[in-house]
Order: sequence, then structure tokens, then C-alpha cells
Amino acid sequence: MSKTVSFITKNFGKYDVSSIGSYMECGGFDALKKAITLSGEEIAGIVAAAKIKGRGGAGYDMGRKLAQAKSVIAEKKVVICNADEGEPCTFKDRMLLENDPFNLIESMIITGYTVDAEDGYIYLREEYCHLRPLLLNAIRQAKTYGFLGTNILGKGFNFEIHLYSGAGAYVCGEGTALIESIEGKAGRPRMKPPFIKQCGLYNRPTCVNNVESLSLLSHILLDEDKEYQTYGMGDSIGTKLISVAGNVKHPGVFEIPFGTTVREIVYDLAGGIDGDRPIRLLQFGGASGKIASSKILDTPYTYEDLKRSGVTVGSGAILVIDDRTSLIEFLQSTQEFFSHESCGQCTPCREGNRHMKLFLQKLADGTHTDKDIKSMKKIAKLMAMSSLCGLGETAQSALVSAMNQFEDVFHVKSSEVQE
Amino acid sequence: MSLSLIKNYVLTKELATKIDLILAAHENDGSQLVGILLDIQELIPNHYIPEEVAYYLAEKLDVKITNIYDCITFYSSLSTTPRAKYPIQICNSIVCKVNQNDTIFTTLKDLLGINLNEITYDGRFTLESVACFGACDMAPAVRINGKVYGYLTSRAKIENLLSELI
Ligand SMILES: Cc1cc2nc3c(=O)[nH]c(=O)nc-3n(C[C@H](O)[C@H](O)[C@H](O)COP(=O)(O)O)c2cc1C
Ligand code: SF4
Ligand code: FES
Repeated sequence: MSKTVSFITKNFGKYDVSSIGSYMECGGFDALKKAITLSGEEIAGIVAAAKIKGRGGAGYDMGRKLAQAKSVIAEKKVVICNADEGEPCTFKDRMLLENDPFNLIESMIITGYTVDAEDGYIYLREEYCHLRPLLLNAIRQAKTYGFLGTNILGKGFNFEIHLYSGAGAYVCGEGTALIESIEGKAGRPRMKPPFIKQCGLYNRPTCVNNVESLSLLSHILLDEDKEYQTYGMGDSIGTKLISVAGNVKHPGVFEIPFGTTVREIVYDLAGGIDGDRPIRLLQFGGASGKIASSKILDTPYTYEDLKRSGVTVGSGAILVIDDRTSLIEFLQSTQEFFSHESCGQCTPCREGNRHMKLFLQKLADGTHTDKDIKSMKKIAKLMAMSSLCGLGETAQSALVSAMNQFEDVFHVKSSEVQE
Repeated sequence: MSLSLIKNYVLTKELATKIDLILAAHENDGSQLVGILLDIQELIPNHYIPEEVAYYLAEKLDVKITNIYDCITFYSSLSTTPRAKYPIQICNSIVCKVNQNDTIFTTLKDLLGINLNEITYDGRFTLESVACFGACDMAPAVRINGKVYGYLTSRAKIENLLSELI
């Protein structure tokens, strides 16, 4: 039985990614032509009915986001495609950009139409700079064909797409940091409120969406038979792109229907573990995600079931680590990532990360005490509650979930070292 | 060799013309600073932003010099100091780590005779440790001038990569 499906990936390999003509031969821009016969509210309604949650990590209801963006009254609005994909172990947006760039451009135009925006920005991480020419070419061709520019398809709708580059900062995936970066500044997150949906890029109302969320839009609009709704389980309707890597035999990106079990993902799709070794741990959703033991293998991959098992979908990454890496080594590596990527402007994140580093060193040396554990838990809570942005809020999630799921590793070895 | 021994790049007329072209392509728009800096850095053989160039930009774009340095020092892809012709960026994030990227670190240090953040005597290579660049399906991987080289699991493969560059 094939466990992958082709909904968002249905165009992969079907057309020449450098040619708009080739894209149009396989139905390209039909979704836009359909979209302009509908109102923005109607499009937002179709997305809401498909129960699409944002694919960038936070999982915000996409239909609702579009409806809110539409309802804001302003002279100029902006939509942004977040192609910063910086979560370690996440590379599914890369696949969409490489294999279906025109669909992303088309979906962005539809999003612009839906929320009455005049400008669209793609924020592409520097690490994906090899994809710049592909995207620039797609934008240029769409413009030549009149899908970008003024009075698009004779509907009096104007829209332009601008391509901006990141420069190697994970924090720029956060909406306000991303906006600072597009404005030509260092990408330090802004204080909220104001929220970007009211006051974002150049103080205009701004709607930020992930590459995968946007890419779904064209397909959903053309899905008259409601194929999408036939996939999934419970409240997790449809399909999801996941990136599986680590100590698996066949790492890669797979489109699965929600409800596929983690075991099927790891053993059938990703081919199982190198050398058939035992699994030490799995991390869901990138470095900011929580971890689980192999007990999670029979859990269906849905928003609800993962949550019940203590993890979340997040960026759609699944990292599988075998017994050659210890839990502490894993935590130290994750922590190092956050120390490196923290912008340092707020105390809970900056100092919390330093504290975590010291704690993990003690843990590695076996010199940690009950008091250390207690204070680590307290600081982790503080980071989650009072950091300025999502980076500081989630930098502790791997460690805290480890403390819950792998209690024995944190066992205080000798009572003598305690004060 | 320490990076600071490399002679600072001088802003020649020829370079200024090229920079002006980059600025024109970015509509002389100061808000496009990050993209401008990346393009200029690619132009400069040692892949960094020399001080003279930073001041030139400040004047041309009417942006404060402090803003320019705030950007260069904030973003890890931008550098204030000269790098090699081939800066080898070794991914040190978790997927590459659990796929034994220590082989890459030790082999390259050994073959090139330098440590992290050092430059070879001929100015061809620097070794940098960087965060995940989204090539985890090819782990362990390195990135050199924008190009990814994956599956570097043995000394032979790493030697092969170096000979490809020379
Ligand atoms: C530190 C940090 C990094 C983030 N990185 C990304 C990213 O690389 N790509 C992305 O789509 N969202 C990222 N996000 C989430 C975005 O802030 C935002 O929620 C998302 O782009 C919204 O799109 P969606 O609703 O389609 O998911 C990040 C958030 C934080 C706090
Ligand atoms: S939480 Fe961390 S990354 Fe976010 S603003 Fe504070 S210091 Fe910067
Ligand atoms: S972890 Fe090395 S490329 Fe992603």
C-alpha cells in the first residue's frame, strides 16, 4: 500500500519549472481565473471549510487569517510569503519552491486578491539563494502574461511580487523580525502590539503565510470534488508535507494524509533506522519542537493525537535519532542552536539560554543537583511566558519535554553534591 | 594564518562602478540594504564588506553607518572580515551531527591544516561552522559559495570535494 498521496505535490515533475507556458498546459492559473469570479470573503470561506492550519509552525487557522486580513480597512495592504524555512530538519518548503514555483506565485496572487493587497513579498532565506533565479523568472513571466501588474485579468486588481533575501538569521522567520529585515534593518523582533495584521511592513496591514500554506490555496480552489476532504482523520483534514531525517535510511519529504501513524512514516516511508538500531528519541517540528520516545510510534500523525502524546506538528519535521547519540548530546546541540540564533534583545531568552547551557553541562558531568533541576524548570517557565518572541518561548521545549519523557536521565546521582 | 593579516580591500573606481550597478538594480533603495550587502559581498573576492565600501554605501543610500554595521554584524551570512575564496560552511545542526559530521570537521582541519575560522596560507579556504541550511536529507553536508555538497561520510569523499574545487 502506498502511504503517500499527491495533492499539494500533484504538479511535481509535471511541468518545466522555468516555463509559464508549460505550467499553463497543466492547468496553471486556472485557480486564479476561478478566484476572480469569487469574493475575498468567499475564498476565505473555502479555506476555512477545508480547516487548513498554517504550516509555518504556529498552526493558526488560515481561513480565519485571510478573513481578518480582508476585513481590515486600509489603503495599502501587504501579503508576505515566509520562505525562511530555518527550523533544523525542515526542508519541505524547499521542495515546493524547487518543484512548483509557479503554483506559489499563482497562490500569492490569489491571496493578494483575497485580502485586497497590492504588494506581495517573498522572503527567501539566504541558504536557498540558488532558488532565486527560478523565482525571479517565474515572477517575470507571470508579469509578461499579465498575471502580475495592473488590472489583472481585467478585474481592476493590481498586484506586484517582490523577492527579498534573508542573510542567515533563523529569528527572521518570526513575522515582525522578517518585516524588519525587509525594511533593511537587523532582524530583531518587534514588541507587540501593534500586531502586523494591523500595522506591519511599512506600517501597512500585513498577512504573513508559510510557503506550504500558500501553495495549498490554488489546489483547494480547484478541488471541486472535495478530494482534499477525503484525506485525514478527525479534525485534521487533508494532507501534510513532512520532512523526515536523522538516522533514517531514506530521509526525505513526503506528502501524507493526516492519520498516518508515526511508525508508518519512520519505517515504511523513511525506510527504518540505519543499521536497524533502536530509536533513542524523536523530535517533532524542528529544534523548537518537543521530543518523544519510541512509545509514540503508534500515534496517528494528526494535530490532536500528537498533542495528546505531548508533541506538536510544528514545521512538519520529524527527526529520528538512534541510540548512538545520547539525550544530553542532543539537548546540548539544540541549545547551542538557540544560543547562536537568539537576537539577544530580551533577558528571558538571552539569559535563559545561558542558564540552560550551564545546566546541560552539569547534567553531562553528572554534577547536577535537585536544586539545579528546580531552578531550570522555573527558568524554562519564565522563558516560555515572558520572552518577546517565539524563539525564546520555544527554546526550552525540547529540554522540558525531555524532563517529562526521560525522567531517568535527569536523576540526581549523588546526594553528596547537593548543598 | 589569522584573518586579520589579509590586506584590506581598496575601493577602486572599477569596484565603485560595479557597486553602483548593484545599487541601481536595487533602485538605490536603502530598505533593500540586506540584499545589496549580499550582492556586494559576492562581488568582492574575499566575500566580505570592507569598511570603505560600508562608508560608500552609507553615503550613497543616505543610511547611517551604524545601521549598516548593525546589519553586517547581525546576519551570519554577512562578514566584516575577509574570508577565503572558498569559505567552507560545515553544518553543525542536529541532523548533520547525528550523521557524524565530526568526520567533516576533523578531516578538513587535517587536510587544510587550519582550525575553525582560520584561513589557509594561500587564501583559498576558510572553515566555518554554521546552522542547518535545509539540506538535512543529504546530511552530513557543507555549503561553499551557495552550493551544497552532501553525503560527506568519508575522508575519500571530502578529498574528492576539495580536488573538485582546485
Ligand atoms: C523564531 C521563529 C522562526 C520562525 N520561522 C519560520 C519559518 O522559517 N517559516 C515559516 O513559515 N514560519 C516561521 N515562523 C512562524 C511565523 O512567525 C508565522 O507564524 C508563519 O509564517 C505564519 O504562516 P502560517 O500561518 O502559514 O503558518 C517562525 C516563528 C518564530 C517565532
Ligand atoms: S525571545 Fe530571543 S530571539 Fe526573540 S526577541 Fe527575545 S532575545 Fe530576541
Ligand atoms: S541539519 Fe545539517 S543541513 Fe539541516
